[in-house]
Amino acid sequence: MNDRITMRVARYRPEEEDEPTFEEYEVPCHKEWVVLDGLNYIKDQLDGTLSYRWSCRMGICGSCGMTVNGEPKLTCETFLTDYAPGPVLLEPMQNFPVIRDLIIEMTDFMQKLTAIKPWIVRDEERPLAEGEYRQTPDELSRYQQYSMCINCMLCYAACPVYALDPKFIGPAAIALAQRYNLDSRDEGSGERLDLLSLHEGIWDCTFVGECTEVCPKDVDPAGAIQRYKLDAALTSLKSFLLPWGAG
Amino acid sequence: MSERPTYTPFHPRWYRPRVSTWWWLKRPSSRAFILREVSSIFVAWFVVFFLLLVAAVGRGEVAYQEFMAWAANPSIVLVNVVSLFFVVFHAVTWFNLAPQAMVVHMRGKRVPGKLIAASNYGLWVVTSLLVAWIILAGSR
Amino acid sequence: MAKRATLEPLLWLLFSAGGVVAALVIPVLLLLFGLVFPLGLSPPSHEHMLAVLGHPLSRVTIFVSCTLLLFHSAHRVRFTLYDGLQIKHLNELIVLVCYGGVLVGTVAAGYLVWQLP
Repeated sequence: MNDRITMRVARYRPEEEDEPTFEEYEVPCHKEWVVLDGLNYIKDQLDGTLSYRWSCRMGICGSCGMTVNGEPKLTCETFLTDYAPGPVLLEPMQNFPVIRDLIIEMTDFMQKLTAIKPWIVRDEERPLAEGEYRQTPDELSRYQQYSMCINCMLCYAACPVYALDPKFIGPAAIALAQRYNLDSRDEGSGERLDLLSLHEGIWDCTFVGECTEVCPKDVDPAGAIQRYKLDAALTSLKSFLLPWGAG
Repeated sequence: MSERPTYTPFHPRWYRPRVSTWWWLKRPSSRAFILREVSSIFVAWFVVFFLLLVAAVGRGEVAYQEFMAWAANPSIVLVNVVSLFFVVFHAVTWFNLAPQAMVVHMRGKRVPGKLIAASNYGLWVVTSLLVAWIILAGSR
Repeated sequence: MAKRATLEPLLWLLFSAGGVVAALVIPVLLLLFGLVFPLGLSPPSHEHMLAVLGHPLSRVTIFVSCTLLLFHSAHRVRFTLYDGLQIKHLNELIVLVCYGGVLVGTVAAGYLVWQLP
């Protein structure tokens, strides 16, 4: 069993070069080490100029998404020994502009998340004196899966539609919209539909399913999107056939 | 890349690679996806083939025999074998994805995905048997 | 403010219906009429085929099914051309060819089931 492994890491220094290059680093390959441990070893011991994002190192903050051997992964949840004897190819997450080394620009994603109104929308707020909005465990279970998203953007990295058309609103945004649409306390599905029924909303999606494959939290965004397509299509049909009723 | 735009610390030059036309060859899951989508061409072929059959039946006994003889042609058989593979691939991928697209709640609990997929497959078997029976019964 | 995709939901519903029909009936029909009858087992008599296909219920079913199957095929081909070949800029041409094809096929299917004796 090798105790060293080579990490081939993409480097991009916009002040020096036009395109990314690769540098190879040899790191220890301990049984319990994840790719993030390897990166930290490189930064601490070998090359302090390497830039990358990470935080909680336990799969909850969503910071450390990168492309490992061609697949979108959280580097804190991917074991180095799975790639022995190596080398491990490490690149920034796909489908996002690269700022430097392994760091990508995520403003587009942040804008899309806020655009779908990720909060409880009410026609009329209940007065405080009436207390909180109550919800049964069954009602919670309807949307709980979609509330598990840690905004790691691996689904966007995996989505071929987003790769080809950055205007596509994307898996996480739609799953988040569903989290609120299916919440019994929310009354805003009509407002969200306005945004999501555009071409770059749900209709660009072709149910490739890659987003669900790479999601580290089992949110199943592909399922959320397909369910939403049916809802939206039936709502469209109803409003077309019965225009006098509310949508 | 032509001339480099001026780099300043406040306007970093982002790197945006172009997506290759062959992006779908790179990962096994992408290849399977494109294969699934391509199955739609063979669905269209089936419509053509079936309408030719209907036309032949409409024209009479002789036309019907001629259609069968044409369908027995090695090249047509090859096309139909490939089509059958793709259509079955479509059916399997469709039924396997059904639980993701169709979430059914009964008595407050979510019906397990495997049950949804199984009932789809069951429907497939029943429909196939029914169609086969309609066609074969009376052909003795 | 961009336009809502007004037709897209309907096209998707037709695509889905077509997909279900395709999955359920094409395998058995292709197996029988594409392989089994031409190559081995003696095909049903012409009389029987005429009786089965000519029945009013069959005619309607065949017409509706063919339409749905064509919609399914056209929709998928359209999106595969967008994503596979990246020719989304030829959108108008693609829509014309795909759904134009559906129209042609639907008319053909309608004519053929109507003119069955």
